[in-house]
Amino acid sequence: MTAAAAPDMPTASGPSGSSGPAGSRAGTGAGAVPGGSAAPRHRRRSRLASVALHTTLTVASVIAVFPVLWVLLTSLKPARYATTTDFFRETTLANYTGLLRDTPFLTWFGNSLLIAALTTLLGVFVAATTGYAVSRFRFPGKRGLMWTLLVTQMFPVAVLIVPIYNIMAGLGLLNRAAGLVITYLTIAVPFCAWMMKGFFDTVPREIDESGQVDGLTPFGTFFRLVLPLARPGIAVTAFYSFITAWGEVAYASAFMVGDENLTLAGGLQKFVNQYGAQWGPMTAASVLIAIPAAIVFLFAQRHLVTGVSAGAVKG
Amino acid sequence: MTVHTSRSPGPDAAGDGAGRRGTGRGTDPGTGRGAARGKGRGSGPGADRGSGRGAGRSAGQGAGRGSGAPAGRLRRAVTTHWYAWAMVAPVVAVIGVIIGYPLVRGVYLSLTDADERNVERSIGVNHLPATYEFVGLDNYADALTGSQFLSTLGWTLVWTVSCVGVTFALGLGLANMLNRRIAGRSVYRMLLILPWAVPGFVSVFAWRFLYNEDRGFLNRLLAGGGIDAVPWLNDPTWAKFSVIAVNVWLGVPFMMVALLGGLQSIPGELYEAAEMDGAGAWQRFRHITMPGLRAVSTTVVLLSTIWTFNMFPVIFLLTRGGPGEATQILVTQAYKFSFEISPRDFAQSSTWGVLILVLLMLFAAVYRRVLVKQGDTW
Repeated sequence: MTAAAAPDMPTASGPSGSSGPAGSRAGTGAGAVPGGSAAPRHRRRSRLASVALHTTLTVASVIAVFPVLWVLLTSLKPARYATTTDFFRETTLANYTGLLRDTPFLTWFGNSLLIAALTTLLGVFVAATTGYAVSRFRFPGKRGLMWTLLVTQMFPVAVLIVPIYNIMAGLGLLNRAAGLVITYLTIAVPFCAWMMKGFFDTVPREIDESGQVDGLTPFGTFFRLVLPLARPGIAVTAFYSFITAWGEVAYASAFMVGDENLTLAGGLQKFVNQYGAQWGPMTAASVLIAIPAAIVFLFAQRHLVTGVSAGAVKG
Repeated sequence: MTVHTSRSPGPDAAGDGAGRRGTGRGTDPGTGRGAARGKGRGSGPGADRGSGRGAGRSAGQGAGRGSGAPAGRLRRAVTTHWYAWAMVAPVVAVIGVIIGYPLVRGVYLSLTDADERNVERSIGVNHLPATYEFVGLDNYADALTGSQFLSTLGWTLVWTVSCVGVTFALGLGLANMLNRRIAGRSVYRMLLILPWAVPGFVSVFAWRFLYNEDRGFLNRLLAGGGIDAVPWLNDPTWAKFSVIAVNVWLGVPFMMVALLGGLQSIPGELYEAAEMDGAGAWQRFRHITMPGLRAVSTTVVLLSTIWTFNMFPVIFLLTRGGPGEATQILVTQAYKFSFEISPRDFAQSSTWGVLILVLLMLFAAVYRRVLVKQGDTW
């Protein structure tokens, strides 16, 4: 299986430097062109099949987009019309101004941004060094480490949350950003290290060797030569770390209390639970929360296909 | 991911590793792999790490650099390990402190009767020492003989199997469609990936908004068609359906992207050859696509099973396990024990946590064994 998929990895990671859609188009293009017989097959697709294909994809896209779109549209309606089914009604930004003026949203946003940024930075660094070590070196304890990284992903929040809570309390890190950052690293790093390893496996070893011939230390080789070549991997890893930290709920709800310390995940719950459902500010907050995530996603998405399959296939 | 781990065990681990390296470096990965692997195997079982490395090198370069004097080889090995260890040190430290210790402590708590009233705590200026006691396996006996754990486990299994099954089927279907050459493919792809780009808790709130019984969009839509309001989150059966639907919605993009990557790595020539031999669409799918996707799909199925089994936010934010305990999965129930009930029951929470972990590890082990039995190479 791996053998079947592996030979393609170098080619798959090649076009990833360009945009994703282009990359994937090149992927099938390469598959379809050489024989020349694949193209007629596609042209032979009946009109009916074509319509069915587009219909299915359109329906799927609508289902995928609608909940998000609906939140966006609702946030633009005055709060009293929040639950109407009209797509537009007296479009206004009142929900946004109200949210920013009357609630600690900006504080929560800042908390989340700080925590997510630190997690991303540290997570990428740690995952990259680990992934590189596991990809390139054979060393005692390597197999144990790789197993640990895998098993760690199975750890339920429930078994760790109380002891971590106690540790953080003991260290005085409850209600502090640092406590959550450290906790999130344990979620993000194992998966990211696996993915980075997959990427480093696709970087030819001659590069390392030439670096060493030129007198670089393994650290120098790693930072100056290999790391720049694994940029797609870094993008994917950064994306994953950021999204993990940005969207985590359980630890954030348990560790952070008090309005000024909440992250967005905790803060958003306030709109629904405490005062009944305040759909106006909640939808506006949702939109503002989704934007940074979407921006990060936009940067990373062209590498995602490569990243996920590289991680999965090369393991 | 798993592909690797499970391939490493066994005597030829070193050889295999060398083979993989060969893959990375060869100009023609396919043949390079085979050659390097053969050599690696030969020197693998009896060889120390240095020579495993040497075999990989000679496969790639044709020069026997690994045949230095034993002392030099040893020194080189030590140097290599030094760097490697330095590079993995941060991860080991973080995992050791934040996962290793809590895990040990969690297991220990599960063997005690710790709850909010008898753990170490401070009330005002008074510091109260811990007074909980070691109770052996009582908590486990209680959990496994009581009906609550087993019924929660039953629903958790239904939840996991249906979520992963439906997500995989939809992801596979969409990936196949996106792998064809059709107009607007990149647009479709962007739109379909969108649920992945939005933070999970935002999406869950969006769904909660849509599901709202009195004023939610879905019921308004049904009312427009003359259908009575559906208690999406307030009726046990509907609530189960609703949480699964949301989780599927959240999970499809990852599955689709991973499988699409797998599809694109299947050489097109295989399809052409099959077509010339007269294979129909179904046969091509069955005998080329499915085997070609096997490596990716085994990994994503394993991962998404683990993730779904432990999927906290969807249940917690959508229903809080309600109505009643109808949608409570093991993780949310364990969380409830330690943070939502009074007095907080740390011991029972840890017990459930440990049981979850054991179940998942058993699953991973069985899963791997089944695959190995079917002749998979990983």
